[in-house]
Amino acid sequence: MQRIDLLVVGSGGAGLAAALEAASRGAKVAVVTKSLPTQAQTCMAQGGINAALGNVEPDSPEEHVADTLRSAHGLADEAMVRTLCESAPETIAWLDRMLVPFSRVDSLETPHSLQTIAQRRLGGASHPRACYAQDFTGLKILQSLYDRCLEAGVRFHSGLYLLDLITTEDREVLGAEFWDIRAGELRPILARATLLATGGFGGLYHGYSTNAYGASGDGIAAALRAGGVLEDMEFVQFHPTAIRPAAVLISEAARGAGAWLVNEVGERFTDELGPRDVVARAMFEQIAKGHELFLDLRPISEGTLRELLPQELHLARLHAEVDPLQEPIPVMPAVHYTMGGIAVDSTLRIRGLRRAYAAGECSAARIHGANRLGGNSLLEIVVFGRMAAANALDESGSPSQPPSLGNARERIEAIFARPQRFNHYLKRKILGKRLYHDLGIVRDGALIGDALDFIGELESRLGETGLRDRSRAENRDLVELLEYENSLLLARALALAAHKRQESRGAHYRSDHPEESKAWERHIQVKMEDGEVVTC
Amino acid sequence: MKLTIRRHQEGKSHDETFDVASLKVTTLLEALYEIKAKLDGTLTFDAGCRSGVCGACAVRVNGRETLACSYKPKDGDRIEPLNYHPVQRDLRVDKTKALETLKKVLSKFSILHSQFSMPHPPLTPEDEATFRLQTDCILCDSCYSACPVLAVNPDFLGPFALTRAWRYLTDPRYQMEESLGDSEPQSSILHSQSSILDTVQTNGIWDCTLCGECTAVCPQHIDPKSDIMQLRGESLKAGYSDPNLSNPGFGTPDFGGGFGFDPNF
Repeated sequence: MQRIDLLVVGSGGAGLAAALEAASRGAKVAVVTKSLPTQAQTCMAQGGINAALGNVEPDSPEEHVADTLRSAHGLADEAMVRTLCESAPETIAWLDRMLVPFSRVDSLETPHSLQTIAQRRLGGASHPRACYAQDFTGLKILQSLYDRCLEAGVRFHSGLYLLDLITTEDREVLGAEFWDIRAGELRPILARATLLATGGFGGLYHGYSTNAYGASGDGIAAALRAGGVLEDMEFVQFHPTAIRPAAVLISEAARGAGAWLVNEVGERFTDELGPRDVVARAMFEQIAKGHELFLDLRPISEGTLRELLPQELHLARLHAEVDPLQEPIPVMPAVHYTMGGIAVDSTLRIRGLRRAYAAGECSAARIHGANRLGGNSLLEIVVFGRMAAANALDESGSPSQPPSLGNARERIEAIFARPQRFNHYLKRKILGKRLYHDLGIVRDGALIGDALDFIGELESRLGETGLRDRSRAENRDLVELLEYENSLLLARALALAAHKRQESRGAHYRSDHPEESKAWERHIQVKMEDGEVVTC
Repeated sequence: MKLTIRRHQEGKSHDETFDVASLKVTTLLEALYEIKAKLDGTLTFDAGCRSGVCGACAVRVNGRETLACSYKPKDGDRIEPLNYHPVQRDLRVDKTKALETLKKVLSKFSILHSQFSMPHPPLTPEDEATFRLQTDCILCDSCYSACPVLAVNPDFLGPFALTRAWRYLTDPRYQMEESLGDSEPQSSILHSQSSILDTVQTNGIWDCTLCGECTAVCPQHIDPKSDIMQLRGESLKAGYSDPNLSNPGFGTPDFGGGFGFDPNF
């Protein structure tokens, strides 16, 4: 079988930035996605991408570093953060050359090409630092990168679902084994280096997450099974305002423009402009007391609403059947972003594996630590996507050993042979609800213990959680069952890490350990040992 | 509430009606998932972000293209896969051919290799506004499915690719280092961008009937019809002509309005 230079798994912003970088270096690169290119979480990112351009007021990479470190609550690596923040202005210049249509402002002087890029302030930033393209920043970056990839002749393989990494005895990654959804058969792809850009695992909180349905952490689970190390799995960011119960996001811009958070008797209970984790906890306390919560857009003038939040007006009418001009929108905090993921070193190589890299939300690159700063995730996918590709292409030589025999075929056949006693579509809903309750905004040891028991129960039933669709080709039932299995594996990793961290830090809040503890100013890692998920 | 779904399984198509009265649903996409979870595990469809920006879940409801995640179903609705896309299974279609149209209108020349040699002028807010709406495209293929030209000409570039052609034509940053001949620029558009105009002449802007179906179904309120008319205007200014006019007995004269042949006017 032909071996390509770089295999990129995932076609969101990180994957496409990596592919472009590889193509510009003349490498033979292939991008694989389980759906279609651009159908990725990146398209949902609204707010912006941080870079200390100082177009609106003076700013510096130094202040960007400081804001990021503060938000990370002691769990970021300063050198990694520095790399990210110092690369940011050049990264915006690169995106500008890739023809991303950023919003612009007039400039008085004869400006440099970046000086007309508009910037706005997001939560936790000391200056207006987020470059944006209306409320479609992620979408427009993604579509522009896709167009450039097509021009550069990047090869795309759509509809291939990642099953497992192909490795040697000593954990050298030789490529990956995919399930060709359309054909209904296995499809291995071999490469000199492999880059996972597969996104986060916020979809575990099914029904309580603003993420897409497919955000099941497939790459993270595959890395864990192959012997890779995970890190910071307990840090899950909740967004305060998702429409209840649809869990569709209402942008933070609503509160920025003056919307109120109220309970069913119309009482405000928190400063709406506080950090996400603080606002979410205040909401949790209200919910625990039996209150129902709403976002009231009526303090904002109708003109401003129509200008600033037209999408939100439409989404509220569709999902909550309320007209936000007349009445408040029912809301709840919902899972928005997963800080943790595949542990990588400073070159973005996966810890525990060789010839394998990770970038974007699937990775834990010690940038976000215990809490992500808004506008840093889009930055991370572009900077680290490109950096990971460049480093991966530096891998030289040939693998020292032949691939170990994988068990992908046996795994698929075993699934087809299972009885269909339990329905994974119903189970994933129940899992989402349990995680939201037991591993939510406020956690404690007993709740997490309950969650672990429950996860164990679901695991023990996997042998009877089969398929109703017997078709080989185009079997979505199979794909979504595989996603559910990855979700269960990562739910265990998340619960174990949250159980171990007996303190409160950033997005991880334990009511039985409400203080931040110096002793826990360290990362908790998760790996597989003899088939068991363990923390270290 | 009853929903009728056009099924396509193992080479055969038929209509099947599902009673979803007992299921709690607000959007069509949720209804499809509830049917899959509780009534028929083989029902096959695509889905992604649930909030109308990923483009995965476009289907036709009562003959009209819509995103399943953005539509509230009504009793008696009939759900079908997109037109002019090979059906893979049920509502899931093969978008390969439609997406190939993008490659045709994009440059054959990769910008990656010239990026260091071409400092481009800083964009103004007015520059950005000229292609703001066009860059809202989510590649859902609704416009392609709604376009009647594809029924008679399967090689037609289609609405979203032509919108993208206009988007890049109006972007002052889009320059290509190609051999351009000696002729003088004849329009306001940079002459170096004229290869885009070249690519939209065949199976492109002149094949469009300006019916406006694409514009009517776009979930992002993009107006491909208008973009195609603009491309026609720029083409005429650049010296291209409407091939329909050289075909005797078909079409009406262009009186210099700049928008070319339009059978609807």
